[in-house]
Amino acid sequence: MSELTLFLVRIAYLAILWIFVLSAISVIRSDMFGARLPSAAGAPPAPKPPKQKAPPKRRGSPTHVAVIQGQNSGATASLAEAPILIGRGNDAAIRLDDDYVSTRHARIVASGDQWYVEDLGSTNGTYLGAQRITQPTTIGLGAQVRIGKTILELRK
Amino acid sequence: MAANASLLQFVHRRRRGAELFLLILALVVGIGAYASVGLGVDGEVPTNLVGYGGWLAALVVAAHVVVRLVAPYADPVLLPIVAALNGMGLAVIHRIDLAEDSGRADQQLIWMTVGVALFVATLVFLPDHRVLARFTYTAGLAAIVLLILPMLPVIGNEVNGARIWIQVGPLGFQPGEVAKVLLVVTFAGYLVVHRDALALAGRRLLFIDFPRGRDLGPILVMWVVSLGILILQKDLGSSLLFFGLFLIMLYVATERPGWLVVGGAMFFGGAAVAFQIFAHVQQRVDIWLDPFADRNGDGYQLVQALYGFAWGGLIGRGLGEGMPSRVPESESDFIMAAIGEELGLTAVIAILLLYGLIVERALRAALISRDGFGKLVATGLAGVLALQVFVVIGGVTRLIPLTGLTTPFLSYGGSSLVANWVIIALLLRISDHARRPVPAISEEADDPDLNETQVVKTVKPS
Repeated sequence: MSELTLFLVRIAYLAILWIFVLSAISVIRSDMFGARLPSAAGAPPAPKPPKQKAPPKRRGSPTHVAVIQGQNSGATASLAEAPILIGRGNDAAIRLDDDYVSTRHARIVASGDQWYVEDLGSTNGTYLGAQRITQPTTIGLGAQVRIGKTILELRK
Repeated sequence: MAANASLLQFVHRRRRGAELFLLILALVVGIGAYASVGLGVDGEVPTNLVGYGGWLAALVVAAHVVVRLVAPYADPVLLPIVAALNGMGLAVIHRIDLAEDSGRADQQLIWMTVGVALFVATLVFLPDHRVLARFTYTAGLAAIVLLILPMLPVIGNEVNGARIWIQVGPLGFQPGEVAKVLLVVTFAGYLVVHRDALALAGRRLLFIDFPRGRDLGPILVMWVVSLGILILQKDLGSSLLFFGLFLIMLYVATERPGWLVVGGAMFFGGAAVAFQIFAHVQQRVDIWLDPFADRNGDGYQLVQALYGFAWGGLIGRGLGEGMPSRVPESESDFIMAAIGEELGLTAVIAILLLYGLIVERALRAALISRDGFGKLVATGLAGVLALQVFVVIGGVTRLIPLTGLTTPFLSYGGSSLVANWVIIALLLRISDHARRPVPAISEEADDPDLNETQVVKTVKPS
């Protein structure tokens, strides 16, 4: 095997290696810029309207959250001020005088058309029915959220 | 959220054809290196080229077909890059075998087969990565048990001063390699639940939000575990890897640079104390500062690696024409030195770019993933690979003190190869979920109760 052949083999191999690297990059490039946007022909949903702070008012959508059981029974907060912080702290939108509630216990946030309740790492947890929630969970009208000894629900 | 909404409308294509095209190129890279080694050492194409190439091609095609069937929207670039790196690693190990008259390449091919089998198994038996969130604490426990295993008598085994091996009969295994995947799952599961508590509370000092004292618990635990590995197992690399990984995930989950400040201070504090107390840490730093002080003793390995890089120059000596076996461990930790000598800076840069692309694709999957757990797992896996590549290649090229870790996919070593194939399978699974188009939801039903309430498909209870 002559020196020259080996030299050519080496150059050829390095060329192959770089052709591979560059093709991988070009696939990534086309992947970033070449994606199809959903077209009307495929009958996908129309583009969503821009994000709003709170979901649009529709018949049957909740407008406020109310405490229905516990020491602060009757307290309410409007969902227009979302996100709503619930806890014993002074900065909470619904302040609960409940020993089993943490300072910043949970919050109710909007995402799209949905309302979510999210636990903020509270000591005693936030329950939806009998289930302790571990991640933001959707709540609808009348779903009872239990925080300490207090129960809240979304109302029209 | 607005950026997220625009991403939701961005429909990814499957790109399986592009993957196949890249895979064929990757096979040319792997098999070409093997043939080139034969030409350089013996002056002829190796006689078993067809059998070897066929086996490699069969493995790669099997992986591709499985991806096509069970993860059709997965990222098209990850699998080819891994196949190319693995193929090239095999060829370089074969090259060192020829110089040292050993048979490691055959063993590595067997390990690659095991790795691809586990890759396929992970993709088939894990249709949804969010199932893993259920095993947050189980995975953490398993990881700790795996980390303790090498410390036990009988099965624990000390190799080159580091007690990170277990030996059962003829089979040796590094449990730490599996533990790193489990730890990513544990951290992700923990942080996705607790990130608000870690992110919201705290006080502000000098424009940086510092976390509360009582939230320091988990980071302290990780710090102690890392120091434990450093002290008891004398494994600098893994200790750095685990702590760095936790810090990256904590920062990504909470978006608070305060954690990096606290973690960095803890790391450098721990490192300084370890430097004062432990002779093996001091030795590593001394070699790093001046390898030529004892070039035939402690510094021999690093000095030979540096000679190798210098001798290789820009385009290398050619496969089969250098002297990579002069560097001890050139088939595992120092494989970059062998590549630098025989293929030169050109190939070293190409390989670094390939690692960069793997990390980029993993972070991309994290970016477009729709669930927090998937985001954190993908980020963590990207962090594992990035840290590992930085620590080992930085060590070999004398950028940082040398700490023993394997070069992902290139180095000889079964545990590492198998674990890395599973990491790639998890990344493909997450990117498949992230790139899959969202199912169409009916905008307006007459009765709001009939509206579908969730866009993201939930994990079915088992």
